[in-house]
This record gives sequence, C-alpha cells and structure tokens, in this order.
Amino acid sequence: MTVRIEINGRVYEGEVEPRTLLSDFIRHRAGLTGTHVGCEHGVCGACTVQLDGEPMRSCLMLAVQADGLSVRTVEDLAGPGGELSPLQQAFTDHHALQCGFCTAGFLMTADALLRRRRAEPIGEAEIREELAGNLCRCTGYEGIVAAVRAAAAH
Amino acid sequence: MKPAPFRYEAPRSLPDALALLDGEDARALAGGQSLVPMLNFRLAWPELIVDLNQVSELAYLQVCDGALRIGALARQATLHRSDVVAAGWPLLTAAVAHVGHAAIRTRGTVGGSVAHADPAAELPVALTALDARFHLRSRDGERTLSAAELFQGALTTALAPGELLREIEVPAPVPGARTAFLEQARTHGDFAVAGVAALVAPGAHAAIALLGAAAVPVRAVAAERALLDGASAGEVARLAAADVPDHYRRALLTTLTERALERVMA
Repeated sequence: MTVRIEINGRVYEGEVEPRTLLSDFIRHRAGLTGTHVGCEHGVCGACTVQLDGEPMRSCLMLAVQADGLSVRTVEDLAGPGGELSPLQQAFTDHHALQCGFCTAGFLMTADALLRRRRAEPIGEAEIREELAGNLCRCTGYEGIVAAVRAAAAH
Repeated sequence: MKPAPFRYEAPRSLPDALALLDGEDARALAGGQSLVPMLNFRLAWPELIVDLNQVSELAYLQVCDGALRIGALARQATLHRSDVVAAGWPLLTAAVAHVGHAAIRTRGTVGGSVAHADPAAELPVALTALDARFHLRSRDGERTLSAAELFQGALTTALAPGELLREIEVPAPVPGARTAFLEQARTHGDFAVAGVAALVAPGAHAAIALLGAAAVPVRAVAAERALLDGASAGEVARLAAADVPDHYRRALLTTLTERALERVMA
C-alpha cells in the first residue's frame, strides 16, 4: 500500500506492507533514527512521537493508519542550526539522561505536556504522572523531573 | 517483534465496516493499544484487520436526553478531558485517569477497552457501576446488552463474529450521588491488581463494582443492599469482598471498598 506521511513538516511517501509499524516507517523509510524502539508493545515509551500534538506510541500504530496524518519526532525539537530547545537544554543542564535510549520518548512526552499547559504552572505530581508512561533505567528519574520542571518555569 | 502479515481495510462508513467484519477471521482495530501489542507478539494473527478509525460517525461523545452516549471511536483522552463528563459522570473521569498513560489514552478508545474486556481494565468496571447499556450492531441488526450480559470472561464478551460495539449509553446522573474510583496497581498506569467503583446517593441508590474479584467486573449486590439498609462502610466493604477466593485480593478489595465508601459517604 502507498502511504504519504508528513513527518516534521516534510512528506514521506512509500510502499509499505499493512503490518509495517509507524515506528519502523519513521526509522527505516524516513531515516529518522532519533525515535528509538524499545519494547515494541507499548510499555516502555521510548518510541513516543506526537500525532497532531498529542503524545502517542509509534510502535502501536500501523504506518498505513498514519497515511495523510502529521507526525512530529524528536528531530523537530532543535532549531534549524541545531541549537537545543529549552527543554533539551534543561535535560542537559539537569543530567536528565545517561545512555540516552529513552530520551527521545521522554522529550516528546514532556514537550506535549508543556505545549498543552503553556502559561499554566505545572506541579511536580502532574509531571511525574505524565512521565509515568516512559521508562528510564539509568537516571532514577530525578534529573528528568527536575529538567521538565525547569523547562516549565522557562 | 513484528506482526504476521494481514490484509488491511479502512472503511469510511459503519455499513461498510460491518460488511467487512462479517467475513472470516476479521478483527476490528480501534485505538490499537491492546490489539497492536497482540499483533506484535503474534498472540493474534487475523487474516483481515478492519480499521475503524475513519468511520467518523462512530467518533462522538454527547449527551442526549440526559444520557451520555459514547461512540465506539471516542478516545480515552476525550473522555478524560471532557468537562461534561467530569460534571455529570465523575466516576468515568476518575476511572479513565488510571487507564495506561497519556500516550496510551491519546489513541485508546472507550469502546476498545470494553470490547477487549481485559479483567484488569478500569472502564468496564466503572461502566458496570453506572448501569451502562451496550449497543451492538451487526449486518443482521442491533441488540442492547447490560454489563452482566456483555462481559463473559477474561478477554471474552458476548460480541458475536461480525458484531461491533457501536455505542455505550450511560444513564443520566443519579441525583445527589457521589462517586469514587480507587485501585491498587504496582505502579501508576500499570495493570491494576484490584479496584473499586462506587456510586452512592444516601438512602436512594448504591452501586459497587469490583475489579479483580473475578475475570469480569462484579457488582457487589449484597453489599449494596446492606449499604442502603444503613450498614457501616467497614461492614459493607467486608461483605463486598467476602466471596473473593484469593486472600490478597480479598484484603485489597475490602480496604479499597471501605476507603471508597468513606469518601462517598463523608
């Protein structure tokens, strides 16, 4: 089947099998390898991308289902010259990553939260609840929560 | 892992969807938050996937004659953020907050949770307490079931091959009722071990539905009657969980029910 999927403002067109997962389309067809694939059954959150601004698991959607839709991945966060977004900078400042495998998923989840709640204060409990769908095996989460709090106050 | 090959159709109308589902070995795909993991694990390998996501006539959440009508494609996130639902059916707002995580609720549907019938799912339990009606449609016509008729076992419902859950109808709010949904899971968003949905209007109405007491949502009928007869929260809670065979779940359900009742009766 032929699909046309807009990713980060650019349209990618290709032939896919119905069983091709959106996560695999993003990585193998679009070549956008910033999105990582962990558990491939919706538990770890590493493959989280945004669909119409909402966070979602790209491993739990078929590429054919995204035909004609607009997807945003971690590659879209930094500026055109590669300058880090305030959220990415906060991750660096607060040591919110170690191995980095889960980071793209955390960034896309947190970015959606910050966009949705723009101009409103976000408490730590809400941040923790929102991030609960993303697993990190390195940091113990403290740095990640601190980074999102800092970005929310930005 | 990757899914086994299947054919894929994305109908745009309910009649087209029902025609496709009428064939051999077809599975309806709504939010995909349970079916796609099962495909990825190859626990399910249907011949045909009928994607409902473009059947826009099923994507609604509306109040009609006082009742809440939830179309098969209404997303869990839509239910979660609905002010109308929070005002009239806060039990649903409380229950859906426990369904997976934000990224799951973005895609996951209320109808999908019901049709999948996971014994640990929150929405079937809340809908059981709310006396919801389930409207099923097939090419042969429509029928309406109660929760007790629909939920038959773990991952098993009364849905026949070729039949689709079209709408969930939640009756108008009970005047003066207060509600609570509590659960115990190892971590937030994980599958619940036990849970309770309570809806009480003192002296008039009592509904207690349990998660984890059996493979399907269970109404604690004897406990509801005792509550209306003036029994204390502790007595009602012990009665609600009395028939749960597993020791640990019985203890959890007793405590959760007592806490829920203390909230709604305070």
